[in-house]
Amino acid sequence: MEIFQLIISGISQGCLYGLIALGFVLIYKATEMVNFAQGDLMMLGAYFAITFVTVLEWPFFWSVLATILCMALVGAVLERLLLRPMIGEPHFAVLMLTIGLGFVIRAVAGAVWGSEPKALPVPYSGGVIKLGDSVIGYENVAVVIGTVILCLLVWIFFRFTRIGIAMQAASQNQLAAFYVGIPVKRVYSLVWAISAGIAGLAGVLTAPVSLVDPLIGFVGIKAFAAAIVGGFGSLPGAILGGLLVGLTEQFAGLYLPPGFSEMSAYVLLLIMLIVRPQGIFATMQKKKV
Amino acid sequence: MRFIRKTRYMQDINLIKHSGHLFWYSLLLIALFISPFGMDRFLLGEFSLVFVYAIAGLGLMLLVGYTGLVSLGHAAFLAIGAYTHAYLLHQGIPFFVSLTVASFFSGILGGLIGIPALRMMGIYLAVATLAFSIIVEQVLVHWVSVTGGFQGMSVPKPIVGGHDLSSPYAFYFLCLVILVICIFLTMNLLRSPAGRAMTAVRDSETSAESMGIDLAKTKTLAFALSAALTGLAGALFAHRLTYLAPDAFTIITSIQLLLMVVVGGLGSLHGVIYGAFFIGFFPQVIAIFRDFAPPGIAQIPGLEPAIFGLVLIFFLIYEPLGIYGRWIKIRLYFEEFPLYRKATYKRQKSFLRTERLH
Repeated sequence: MEIFQLIISGISQGCLYGLIALGFVLIYKATEMVNFAQGDLMMLGAYFAITFVTVLEWPFFWSVLATILCMALVGAVLERLLLRPMIGEPHFAVLMLTIGLGFVIRAVAGAVWGSEPKALPVPYSGGVIKLGDSVIGYENVAVVIGTVILCLLVWIFFRFTRIGIAMQAASQNQLAAFYVGIPVKRVYSLVWAISAGIAGLAGVLTAPVSLVDPLIGFVGIKAFAAAIVGGFGSLPGAILGGLLVGLTEQFAGLYLPPGFSEMSAYVLLLIMLIVRPQGIFATMQKKKV
Repeated sequence: MRFIRKTRYMQDINLIKHSGHLFWYSLLLIALFISPFGMDRFLLGEFSLVFVYAIAGLGLMLLVGYTGLVSLGHAAFLAIGAYTHAYLLHQGIPFFVSLTVASFFSGILGGLIGIPALRMMGIYLAVATLAFSIIVEQVLVHWVSVTGGFQGMSVPKPIVGGHDLSSPYAFYFLCLVILVICIFLTMNLLRSPAGRAMTAVRDSETSAESMGIDLAKTKTLAFALSAALTGLAGALFAHRLTYLAPDAFTIITSIQLLLMVVVGGLGSLHGVIYGAFFIGFFPQVIAIFRDFAPPGIAQIPGLEPAIFGLVLIFFLIYEPLGIYGRWIKIRLYFEEFPLYRKATYKRQKSFLRTERLH
């Protein structure tokens, strides 16, 4: 039954990675930019939620909604101020810019909320579901359910809504999309807003599982590995990659010597890049001349 | 403004383009060799650190600035160089042999990590190197018998032919001489067919390949040379640290190295030196700022990386060519004085057309 327990905690951890990876993939899919500050946006979201719940003492549901909206605003503002001047610049420059942005967000969070870990009180904390010998905390269930719902929403958004399809068009060919009347700039702001909103939700879901401090954003690097394992630019790939990384980590922690658990995500990533560099769900294609 | 009359094709690849170059760089070199005698020990130490950074920066510039491959994990090569060097010195290997072996070992590992990297583009490569650097970090922590784990390991003093080179003066000259040799080798590489192939790969892989450049060979070579230079810098860095611990070689270090080449100016060797001075001396500036700033701001955790981050953002948006690019523009302004056109360096915006399938 130990294995069953491992699978369950692997899945819940993997969903968290997947959720952050979803934010990465969303921005990449729509703008071909890579946002390395996604993990730090998640951290910011967690702090917003903590502030709304413990300082302003709003009800939990409204706090979550406010967090997502605030994060969406943050995302849109970041896009307008920092990322828009970078349209048309090489990918590498944008990557560096978001790395720098991550450092700044971390310092701002440290200055505002302090560096000691904080907890987010949630109405569903403490409860467990028993399945045979293994137990699942409600917090972990919430992560899984939140991820599933969010995935469905994002999938529907990209598949069926006009603006979702416009986003795909904008990412395929900016100029052509602009010619057929898609407001490319506004689309970009919207993508960043959505992605930051997802990061906010990820923060809310993470906070009850682990304490929040300014450095939890580094989990974003692992989520990034997950996104690549799944095939960068593919939404189901992000979640699947997250699950794979989460599961590998749990099993490596039990069966392999110490240190392998922290490494496993990256070993998995390197193996994946050597065996199948385009990820599980490939979206890349070699350039044709 | 100077116009050079070219009479031979080989003039295009001369290391020294005209007599002005010879004069000013000789003057700089003489100044660098004389100036330590007027400096205090602290400043001397800082200068040696800048030289070490510059050697690592040369390696990274070769990769990022000239071959167009991004590495987020160069701290790993710095660490490999440092640990190999310290380990070999403990085994009683002579200083220069150990230095060379450390650099070679780092280069071979760089070449090996470069092989899977051949099939990757942009972001994938950045993340693969990042993964490699985290794996190296974990190995350093857990391979206690060689690296000492979290306890770290001491670095023996650099002793060459019975002379102890660990005094600030001797170490300054050691680093300076190695840096000058490295710069010369890199310049020479860049005008050779191999170096030109790297630049061609950076500008367009497709056209480089169609002109008969072996992409795999060029990229692996760039990776190996870059790692070797960074490993060499790591070995010198070990002497500067005097005690090695895994937390000196984290992703933050890698990003600092990248910051150096971006702020200095991608695609120029001058940029490496400017960038090295920037990351060598900027922390001192921040420390001074902390003394004067109100306590509320000075106490912020992670203030230094945040200021580095802000500088990085500023450069990427307003001066993507870095400090060297700004210098070029200022020089051109005065050379063409009343006729300088602002549009000379206007950036060409290219609109995105993806190669992805949906």
